[in-house]
Amino acid sequence: MCGIAGLIHRGKVSGVGSEMTAMLQALKHRGPDSTGYAVYGSGSPGDYVMRLKLAEQEDMGRGHGIHAIIDQRKDAVDAILAEHHVDVKSRRHSTDYALRYVIAHAGDTEDMARHIEEVDGVEILSLGNSLEMIKDLGDAATVSSAYELDDFRGTHAIGHTRMATESDVDIRSAHPYWAFPYNDVSVVHNGQLTNYWLMRREMERKGHRFMSDCDSELLAVYTAHNLSNGETLEQSLQRSIEEIDGVFTYLVATRDELGMAKDTMAAKPLVLFESDDLIALASEEVAIRAVIPQEIDTVDPYDEETRVWKA
Amino acid sequence: MEGMSDNALAGMTQEQRAETLGMTSEQLSGRSMLIEFDPDAEPNLAYPWAPDVDHGKSATLDADELTATQVNERIRELMHEGCGTITVLNPRGKHGLGVGILSRLNLVVEGSLGYFGIGLIDGPNVRVNGRVGWSCAENMMAGTVIVEKNAGSTFGAAIRGGDLVCRGSVGSRTGIDMKGGTIIVGGDTGALSGFMMQRGRMIFCGNAGKNLGDSMYDGTIFVGGSIRSLGVDAVEAELTELDQHWLKRKLDLYGMAPAEGVAHFTKIVAGRQLWNYDNLEPAEKKLIL
Repeated sequence: MCGIAGLIHRGKVSGVGSEMTAMLQALKHRGPDSTGYAVYGSGSPGDYVMRLKLAEQEDMGRGHGIHAIIDQRKDAVDAILAEHHVDVKSRRHSTDYALRYVIAHAGDTEDMARHIEEVDGVEILSLGNSLEMIKDLGDAATVSSAYELDDFRGTHAIGHTRMATESDVDIRSAHPYWAFPYNDVSVVHNGQLTNYWLMRREMERKGHRFMSDCDSELLAVYTAHNLSNGETLEQSLQRSIEEIDGVFTYLVATRDELGMAKDTMAAKPLVLFESDDLIALASEEVAIRAVIPQEIDTVDPYDEETRVWKA
Repeated sequence: MEGMSDNALAGMTQEQRAETLGMTSEQLSGRSMLIEFDPDAEPNLAYPWAPDVDHGKSATLDADELTATQVNERIRELMHEGCGTITVLNPRGKHGLGVGILSRLNLVVEGSLGYFGIGLIDGPNVRVNGRVGWSCAENMMAGTVIVEKNAGSTFGAAIRGGDLVCRGSVGSRTGIDMKGGTIIVGGDTGALSGFMMQRGRMIFCGNAGKNLGDSMYDGTIFVGGSIRSLGVDAVEAELTELDQHWLKRKLDLYGMAPAEGVAHFTKIVAGRQLWNYDNLEPAEKKLIL
C-alpha cells in the first residue's frame, strides 16, 4: 500500500523534520516496513551534505566482524574523498551503519559519487547542497529518533512509509530515492509501475545506475534523466504520465521545488492542502491533520494531474 | 392460496405459511430482502435490534482521543440511551467513522473524515461539516448524507438507496458499482465516474472527467458542465421535461439548483450494447450443439 507525504513552506524555514515525522507516523498503518525522509535545509554555499549507508540494518546481526567491515568501508570512502581532493568539514555516524558527511568539493561530484559506490556495500543515499536523505527500517518515530530529525529545520520535505510488495525489506529498497547523480533531487512513490523492466533497461542503456530492484527507483532515475536533458520538473512530470505505465502517485522534490504526478487512472490516493504559505500533500487526510490542526479545505488531485510548487 | 384450510396451514412453518398464502413482499428500500408476514410478530423497525431514538435528545462526542472503533461504539451506546441527535467533534480525518448505523439518527460531524466514513448505513441523516476521504457512504442503503466540502474518490461506491450529497467536488470513480439511490455533486467529478453503474441516478453540477459511465448497465447520469469523454457503452440521451422537473426538485431539496436552471444538463444512459444476458456462453453453446 505505502504512504507518501510532502510539504513545502513558501518563503520561510520551519521544523520540517518534526512535521514530516508527524505526517509519516499518521500514515504508519499504510506501511510498517521502513520509513524514509528527504528533508531540505538551508545548506551552506559550496558545501555538500552526503549521506552514506555502509551496511544494511540486518547485517548488524551477523557478529562483531561486521564492525570491522564497516570500518574498512569507511576508510575506503575517506581515501576516495582524499583522492578527489575533497575537503571533509565534518563526519558523524547517525547509526552504526549510516554516515553523514559535510564536504566541500570543486570537482565533478558525479565522478566522485560513482567512485565511492565502487566500494562494496557502500551506497550514497543522497548528495546535495540542501538535501539530506534518511531511510531505515521501522516507523517514523523510530527513524526520526535514531537520526535526530526532530531538530531539522528547512523549507520542504517528502517522506514515505513502505509496505514492501515487490522487493525486499531493507534500506536499499526503502524510499525516498535520490535521483543520482542529480544533486538535491528525490522521489517518493505509491503504486506499481508495470513497464518497469522495459524502462529500466532503456535507462541503463543510457548509462544510469540502479541500486535496487524496487520499481520506485525508476521514477528517480527517469526524473534525473529528464532533468539532465534540460527539462523542467513540470515537463518531466507531464512526460511521465505518458511514458510510465501502471498505477502511481509520486512526489518529487528539488532544491526549491515540490512536485506531484498522478497516473491516468487516479488509482492511488493523494490529498492536497494548499495555502499562501504552506502546501501539504499525503496519501491520507489524517497525515495533513497531524500538522494542521485547524479546519481546512483539502482536495483530491485528479487523474493525469501534475503540479509544482516553489519554496 | 384459495381453499387452503387452517388445519393444512397449521402443519407448516411460518415461512411456509407466508409463502403458500402469497403473503410475502420484497423490501427494496433499505436492505433488499424477502419479508414474510407473521401475525404473531411484534411491530418493529426495519431492524429488530435498532434502538428507538428521540431526535430531541442530543449528545456530543469528542473523537480527538478516541479510536474509530471507540467512536463507533460510543455512537451505538448513545443511540441505545435514546439519543437521536449526535454531534461528533474533532474527527481529524480518522477512517471508518459513523459506519453501520442501521436506524434513524441525526448525526453531525464537525470536521473532516478519512476513508470509508459513514459506510454501510441504512436510515440516518448525516451532515459532515468538512471533507470526506475515499469511499464515503459505501454500500449506503437509505438515509441522507450531506458533505459540505470536497470528497475523495469512489464517493458512494455501491450505494443502494438514499441521497448522497457533496457540495464541493469529488474524486474519481464516483458511484462505481452503484445499485440505487441518488448521488448529487455540486462541483466536478473525476475519471470513470459511474463505472459499472447498475441503477440509480447521479447529478454532477460541474464537469465530469474521462470515461464517464464506462460499462454502465443501467441508471442515469446528469452533468451540468462539460464531459471530457464517455466510457464504453455510455451514450447521451434526450433530457426530457420530466427529467428537468426531477432534477430541479432534487437539487432544490439541497439548495443546489443552478440559477440558470437545468435545461443545459446532459443526460447519459447505458447504450445497452454490452447487455448479453440472453446469450449463451461459448461453453454452453458447445454442449447444446
